[in-house]
Amino acid sequence: MAFKLDSKIPAGELSQKWSNHKAAIKVVSPANKRKLDIIVVGTGLGGASAAASLGELGYNVKIFCIQDSPRRAHSIAAQGGINAAKNYQNDNDSVYRLFYDTIKGGDYRAREANVYRLAEVSNLIIDQCVAQGVPFAREYGGLLANRSFGGAQVSRTFYARGQTGQQLLLGAYAALNKEIHNGSVKSYTRHEMLDIVIEDGEAKGIIARNLVTGEIERHGAHAVVIATGGYGNVFFLSTNAMASNGSAAFQCYRKGAGFANPCFTQIHPTCIPVHGTQQSKLTLMSESLRNDGRIWVPKKMEDVEALRKGTKMPSDIAEQDRDYYLERRYPAFGNLVPRDVASRAAKERCDAGYGVNETGLAVFLDFKTAIERLGKEVIEKRYGNLFDMYKEITDVNPYEQPMQIFPAVHYTMGGIWVDYNLMTTIPGLYAIGEANFSDHGANRLGASALMQGLADGYFVLPYTIGDYLAKKIQAPKVSTATPAFDEAEKAVKDKINKLLSINGSRSVDDIHRQLGLIMWDNVGMARTKESLEKAIVEIAALRKEFWKNVKVVGTADSFNVELEKALRLADFLELGELMARDALNREESCGGHFRSEHQTEEGEALRHDDKFAYAAVWEYKGEDVEPELTKEDLVYEFTHRAQRNYKD
Amino acid sequence: MNFTLKIWRQKDAHSKGEFKEYKVSDISSDTSFLEMLDILNNDLVHKGEEPVAFDHDCREGICGMCSLHIDGHAHGPSQAVTTCQIYMRQFKDGATITVEPWRSAAFPVIKDLVVNRGAYDQILQAGGYVSVRTNSVPDGNAIPIPQADAEESMDAAACVGCGACAATCKNGSAMLFVAARVSSLAKLPQGRVEGARRAKAMVAKMDELGFGNCTNTGACQAECPKGISIAHIARLNREFLAAKFED
Amino acid sequence: MGCFLTNSSLGRKLVMSISGCFLVLFLLFHMAMNVVALIGDGSAYNMICGFLGANWYALVGTAVLALGVLVHFAYAFWLTWQNRKARGNVRYAVTVTEKGVDWASKNMLLLGIIVILGLLLHLTHFWSKMMLVELMGQHANDLGLAPTDGAALIKYTFSKWYNVVLYLVWFAALWLHLNHGVWSMFQTVGWANDTWLPRLKCIAKLVSGLIFLGFAVVAVVFYAKSLCCGCC
Repeated sequence: MAFKLDSKIPAGELSQKWSNHKAAIKVVSPANKRKLDIIVVGTGLGGASAAASLGELGYNVKIFCIQDSPRRAHSIAAQGGINAAKNYQNDNDSVYRLFYDTIKGGDYRAREANVYRLAEVSNLIIDQCVAQGVPFAREYGGLLANRSFGGAQVSRTFYARGQTGQQLLLGAYAALNKEIHNGSVKSYTRHEMLDIVIEDGEAKGIIARNLVTGEIERHGAHAVVIATGGYGNVFFLSTNAMASNGSAAFQCYRKGAGFANPCFTQIHPTCIPVHGTQQSKLTLMSESLRNDGRIWVPKKMEDVEALRKGTKMPSDIAEQDRDYYLERRYPAFGNLVPRDVASRAAKERCDAGYGVNETGLAVFLDFKTAIERLGKEVIEKRYGNLFDMYKEITDVNPYEQPMQIFPAVHYTMGGIWVDYNLMTTIPGLYAIGEANFSDHGANRLGASALMQGLADGYFVLPYTIGDYLAKKIQAPKVSTATPAFDEAEKAVKDKINKLLSINGSRSVDDIHRQLGLIMWDNVGMARTKESLEKAIVEIAALRKEFWKNVKVVGTADSFNVELEKALRLADFLELGELMARDALNREESCGGHFRSEHQTEEGEALRHDDKFAYAAVWEYKGEDVEPELTKEDLVYEFTHRAQRNYKD
Repeated sequence: MNFTLKIWRQKDAHSKGEFKEYKVSDISSDTSFLEMLDILNNDLVHKGEEPVAFDHDCREGICGMCSLHIDGHAHGPSQAVTTCQIYMRQFKDGATITVEPWRSAAFPVIKDLVVNRGAYDQILQAGGYVSVRTNSVPDGNAIPIPQADAEESMDAAACVGCGACAATCKNGSAMLFVAARVSSLAKLPQGRVEGARRAKAMVAKMDELGFGNCTNTGACQAECPKGISIAHIARLNREFLAAKFED
Repeated sequence: MGCFLTNSSLGRKLVMSISGCFLVLFLLFHMAMNVVALIGDGSAYNMICGFLGANWYALVGTAVLALGVLVHFAYAFWLTWQNRKARGNVRYAVTVTEKGVDWASKNMLLLGIIVILGLLLHLTHFWSKMMLVELMGQHANDLGLAPTDGAALIKYTFSKWYNVVLYLVWFAALWLHLNHGVWSMFQTVGWANDTWLPRLKCIAKLVSGLIFLGFAVVAVVFYAKSLCCGCC
């Protein structure tokens, strides 16, 4: 049975949709809110802001996070900034312009109405954060400062040094603390959601594991909100935090929530390359470096070999022997092409054998020209902290030798399908922030992830959830002593016992690393029919091996990191396959999804709007059974789709 | 590179812990300290032994999760970085490295090198916020804030809540942590409104949770991965005493 | 409000700071007075001693001073006891002195105890032979000196080399204690920021140095004088 997808997009003028919708949806009276329980899983920008706002409204909220404090969620690592259509710079910015840039940046694979709403509430976010005491950068006159970011011609990004995500999260976390203090929110730290409980087709609670004691707990509620972020760690190596995972979202998928566009993965071009085979994590270098850095590889293969042997330093290579390939291929945008384009171009050069380090997977980001032009002091002022960080990690001084960079997995645009109310295909189950598929289409613009998380949490969900809960005001407290909870708890315990009993010969990390390589080689920056079919076969085989040969030490009833990792990997092993299937289905190139068969003569992404202007929503059909695809057509009423061009 | 590691192993909060020695070999000098522990753990798993539990997450120095006391230093031998930003090239080949968990009565050990820092959350819950409701706020530019004040507020707001200050302090005092939050909000007009209430509530909670008394040694500032200055402690003292004398 | 001086960590620190400040002021005064003993034949010094003899204001001063010492001392032990408890039962196997951290700042109690021991010695050497004797209504102490002849007592005490060594150790401990204590009391009352912290530390060094030198010079000069039998 395929999904009957109703996006619930309100009718009317684009700019009136959200207002009309808010006026039309139901609200819950204060007296009734007190009787209603909501579970929020995840405490990043989305989860923390949602839980705080829902607590303020009077609902009883329980919040869960896997870290020791809500403040550690990976939103904290966002560097650059947050977009808003304030037009404080008087550069003719507007809600419409932010909407249009985001839709276009997403390569026309997002919903118009959702994106417009996002742009509309973006201004409220800034006001909210300022009032909370977020120390945004200020001008001398004391007013808020802005900077420019990729994909926009206006300066609309608000920032707090290179720690914008941290400061916004601390703001949301403070709001959450206020509600914890007031007693409306109860916090469960070091708790991991292991299953969602569905009764009568509606979300009724979760099964969680106390990560300290290993105890399996039942928590019931009238609605459940998933705010657990993205699943980039399916690649093993990514810029995501070590514990970031897709399991909560995947359990929802398994229990009947549609999973949309799983193949849309953002690969960030400027990360520090992999060294050796034992690395655990990749580090992002801010996109802003491409403002002054020039990206190149040698023209001659002999220079490449000399670099790898160490007989030549990059600075020894003469200007005429350098291939500034972005400037060569995209004269109009040069080094400032969007993330997906820059990443693919680096891959193209490395595939051709011009990678500049021993693994062949690195290109140079050179500040020589900028230092000659502007002087070392200016560069130090602009990027000093990033240069220091680079030197710390690599032991190379970027003022003297160019940086080495390579693309790395950074963000997943795909996620749980939600309607305009942010509700999934399961009534009572919501998904917000990176965990849903919503607003970024096939490619996310810089400084938009923070905006979406907070928009959903502060300004969308607190209204839309009322529309569902208004029907629950007569409902009693959700009992956790029901067959559905029994069954879910038993399934979780069985799974844990199974993992602990296999006692094979490969560690969780070994298998995860292998999965990562399969994903990177076949479902990475450039995908083909062959590579994806190969990936599906290999992942299925690896999954079999995992369930036969994994070694998970420790016990179920204790603090057991290996067990946590094994549970997450079990889901990644299915999610990876789902991503490959989605990528195989989408026979076009768009945004972060590049099918080598579908490119223009110049090697650029080629969309097929006639066939693929839809969100691909997948329905779980059982283990080792192909999932079923339902399409949500993306109707473009207010914008004209165009092919992106960065050459002239 | 090869190293001998003396690592604190402790089964759970109630068990008695002890140091155990491990050898790691063929470690690249570019390996981070935590990656070196990942390598050790992978070996231990293969041998069927329980890996060393340690807290870590973003590995970019911002989440504040990592928390190792390495050779006598909170966050290891470098200044102004978190544990995840320590690289093996900073150690001598063949060195013996001692790794301990945070030691503070308010941070009980959960397992091995993992401690419970919930006390820091509780302090912030007591008042480390501005009481504004969602949507009940003026325009972002309605309150101009001098750039220098915003910058000073940001200096304090850089705190990652890792616990190194209390873990380093010979008195187990959490003053730098509390001061960072109080000071950050005290520098902004939005935070001033309930400044007195905040300082009193947070200090009271800090005392209640059993943190020690600050004796101005400055060790916290020296080991803080974000280099937060004890001048913020002075501001906290000022805020608190002014609030008390107003009572 | 009264109770925050006992039940709040910052209140207790305030008590340390204020009592400490009071003691520093006393030390400055005492040091200045001692230096007078170097001038002339000691009659100027004895005049001050006479002024501070067994009269009501001197007694009140002494009582307040004793109270200040007692409060500072008692709070120090109380705070240290709490701090050790806060540190937990298991200690670090490896500890270091962090960069920029003064040894003295971590050993204020130890230094304080040395100061107190020195003080007891000092009281037996001087106070018990001066003010106490006067209070008892006697006219000469066991050394046969008049209780008002402080200069002679100084001369006698510092003619013994071991006294000089003990006093110098005491002054050194005091010096280190004040090196940290003086700027610390400003920090505790909140009178510090990034600009003033280095200045306050500098002031602390000057004040503690001055106190050390002022006291030490008297002991050393009188010992030197005793060596050359009054011929210089």
